[in-house]
Amino acid sequence: MQDAKNLKEYRKEIQESLNNAFLRQTLDTFAVAYRAGRTKAFAEAGIDVKSLVAEIAAAKDGMLPRLMELYDQFRQNAEAAGVQVHFARDAAEANAIIAGIAAATGSQKIVKSKSMTAEEILLNHALEDQGLQVTETDLGEWIIQLRHEGPSHMVMPAIHLSRHQVRDLFADVTGAHQEPDIEKLVKVARRELRSRFAEADMGITGANFAIVETGTIGLVTNEGNARLVTTLPRVHVALLGIDKLVPSLTDALRILKILPRNATGQHITSYVTWITGANECAAAPDLKKEIHFVVLDNGRLEMAKDPLFSQVFRCVRCGACANVCPVYRLIGGHRMGHIYIGAIGLILTYFFHGPDKAKNLVQNCINCEACKDICAGGIDLPRLIKQIHVRIQDRQGHPLPGLLLGQVMKNRKLFHTLLRTAKWAQRPVAGDDGFMRHLPMMFFKDHDFKALPTVADQPFRDRFPGLQRKTVKRQGPAPPVKAALFSGCVQDFIYPEQMEAAYRLFADHRVAMSFPMAQSCCGLPLQMMGEARTSREVAIQNIRAFEREDVDYIVTLCASCASHLKHNYPVLVADDPTMVEKARAFAARVIDFSSFAHDVLGLTAADFAGDGKAATFHAPCHLCRGLGVHDAPRALLRNAGLDYREADESEVCCGFGGTFSAKFPELSAELLRKKLDHVEATGAELLLTDCPGCVMQLRGGLKKRGSRIVVQHTAEALAARKKTNI
Amino acid sequence: MTETLTAPDVDLTARFSDKARAVSAIVESVATLDAAFDYCVDLCGRHGACRITISGCDESLSPPADSLCDLKQGKIIAAPGLAPDQFAALAARCTDQGMTCLHSGMRDNLSGVDLGFTIAELGIAETGTLVITCPDEDLRLATMLCEYHVCMLRRSTIVADAFAAERRLLRYMRRTPDYTAFITGPSRTADIERVLALGVHGPLELHILVLED
Repeated sequence: MQDAKNLKEYRKEIQESLNNAFLRQTLDTFAVAYRAGRTKAFAEAGIDVKSLVAEIAAAKDGMLPRLMELYDQFRQNAEAAGVQVHFARDAAEANAIIAGIAAATGSQKIVKSKSMTAEEILLNHALEDQGLQVTETDLGEWIIQLRHEGPSHMVMPAIHLSRHQVRDLFADVTGAHQEPDIEKLVKVARRELRSRFAEADMGITGANFAIVETGTIGLVTNEGNARLVTTLPRVHVALLGIDKLVPSLTDALRILKILPRNATGQHITSYVTWITGANECAAAPDLKKEIHFVVLDNGRLEMAKDPLFSQVFRCVRCGACANVCPVYRLIGGHRMGHIYIGAIGLILTYFFHGPDKAKNLVQNCINCEACKDICAGGIDLPRLIKQIHVRIQDRQGHPLPGLLLGQVMKNRKLFHTLLRTAKWAQRPVAGDDGFMRHLPMMFFKDHDFKALPTVADQPFRDRFPGLQRKTVKRQGPAPPVKAALFSGCVQDFIYPEQMEAAYRLFADHRVAMSFPMAQSCCGLPLQMMGEARTSREVAIQNIRAFEREDVDYIVTLCASCASHLKHNYPVLVADDPTMVEKARAFAARVIDFSSFAHDVLGLTAADFAGDGKAATFHAPCHLCRGLGVHDAPRALLRNAGLDYREADESEVCCGFGGTFSAKFPELSAELLRKKLDHVEATGAELLLTDCPGCVMQLRGGLKKRGSRIVVQHTAEALAARKKTNI
Repeated sequence: MTETLTAPDVDLTARFSDKARAVSAIVESVATLDAAFDYCVDLCGRHGACRITISGCDESLSPPADSLCDLKQGKIIAAPGLAPDQFAALAARCTDQGMTCLHSGMRDNLSGVDLGFTIAELGIAETGTLVITCPDEDLRLATMLCEYHVCMLRRSTIVADAFAAERRLLRYMRRTPDYTAFITGPSRTADIERVLALGVHGPLELHILVLED
């Protein structure tokens, strides 16, 4: 539950979770085991995951225009089979309908199986307020109900608790001594709950599918409690969001193919139950079960109509977006969600529970795209999260830092002048090793987990003309490849030597280069701060800056810039048909450093004189997931004659996340700690990566540790080992 | 049956068995229905020399949960789905062994039965899944309230995946009311510390007897 009034309170809650050693250990183990289990499940079944995701997305998208028509058909088919169907506009209405059914049927005792939708509308509270006795029968849900907590994971609601906590709880419940033995505790729950099923008047479930063509609901479970809940009591109420509608059984089976595998790495759950109509029930007066389907809107129809957010309907509630989220892994579901958890939780919170519950949460996305990469419905989760941030700020007002940054960045000259001035301003605190000796007052103590770099004496843009004079003559007429360089602000002003290294490497391989001086920041930091309007303005400036360049490629050494230029620019200007054409042409030419060096220039071992130094690679989020580049940088490092060693979790975020590390330094520091532990375990002397932001984070962290590992951009490592020199 | 038809069958059965075993089901083959009955009576007899302990009896429980033990005397096999002559054959074996055999009245045995015997409509090889349609309440409860679920599956009814069974599934669903269960392995949970535990609400063990038909 999110009750933090502001970011400061939210950060305090985050710190409490960070201090929970059990939670941290559990989620660490889970994050690693989950990835392996999921990969194995899909591989064993020989499933082409990308195609399956695309099929699910297309099927869900395709039904949206006729959503209400499908609902009517579902209702008719269910009614024809003897089910009463209710439509609830919001949580209050759904709760009232269900309480009304309890009253009309004289139900006092209710058993429930797990339902996130019931959590969403706080159904148990509403029913208990009516004096009804509600028992959750899913083991995890029962545990959290007894503890008066909400779930901390959509599939494993009690993942935050230890066996000792459950032992203590069960000792209270049974009034008997209990042992911290999971097998025994499970048996205790089995026995304690068995009589609840027998006594219950009403059973409440959710539904994973509502099949239009037959009026069937499908329930995907492991424990078997949902079968008892739908069988023993004389009344059955199924509460389901309208997003659970699927036109046909084929659609449901397709989702079933991905849901358990993506959720827990199971090929299928122990039970999948398909219920059509009022089945036999010996406890009912006419021997027929009384069945009610309560179909819930609660913000879903608004979502379905929204051109951007309608893709949320593709969510199958597998929870995978939390499983891979590096932030969830640190702080757990109670902090990474309100009721719904993980990336999708941040989005659903806004639509189901309103901007106040979502406003802090949506800022806690590091934009690493791990969720987007794993999503069963192919939902662009990070983008939707950022867009909600924009909407909330547009409504509730933009905070000063974002506004200031926006004002500065949309005026390139002002921005660059400020960066140049920073060189002088930092003098009193700058060390002679390229790091700040201590932090200026504008940074707080929380940011002390890494050393921050100083601004370079001469930005790349000032060095470029000199470099050009030297090379153009050497290269001779008509070099085969023409490329424009996009530096991004960090490499232009802080690490110009990375650009220079790439320049020298490319020049050797006869690349004719240009550097359009009107280029500015790519705009991603603005995007991260929810400043959509200025982010768009900066995008247009950059598209214009490169418009007249007669080049085949626009090369950038920053994976985040590359991914933003390539994927977000066309979207940012989507409302302007002429700009969108230009943005697409621009985006098509954008390429990252490693892909350019490996795929375009085709650099091989013959181009390098390696020294066999032990090296490892950190894959920037926006390189491996944003651009889908995995092999090129590693192949280059091997070709360069380095002793390449793959680090564990090399594709997990380093914790930089641009402005994220300034907003949530405590999370950034923890992610960095894990990353550096893995790096150090390889025994590498050299750590390479393809993003200046990552370099800043990694270098700063290693410096603080007193480590001797050298961090470089891949371009620097290659340039230092290049053989040719034309 | 011709060679061309049996060859893929063997393959499907092997896949089915592998997948079912991977989720802790016990898969055996039987030649006849009678052999399946013998298996049930033997299994039921082997577990516990005295009155069968319904699971959890050894744990510390609250008085109401503990009293469930008193409700159940003697060993019970439930087989509500069987045709009258089939049931008679099983019941005779049970009587010989001093066990009760139930064809109906599962609601009088909510504290649990030792063994539930069912016959599956279909098997799904891709996931080792049994498909059982059970609009009949006693049949449904027999698969839920037993400690051991023994299900006979005819080899000829094993299909490659759920899509291959789609038309049949739709036929069940259209014959309303319908309650079709996909059952894959015993009841399981990982809700405490992600440690797998079998038999949380449903059967502790699932035995699949593949009938060579």
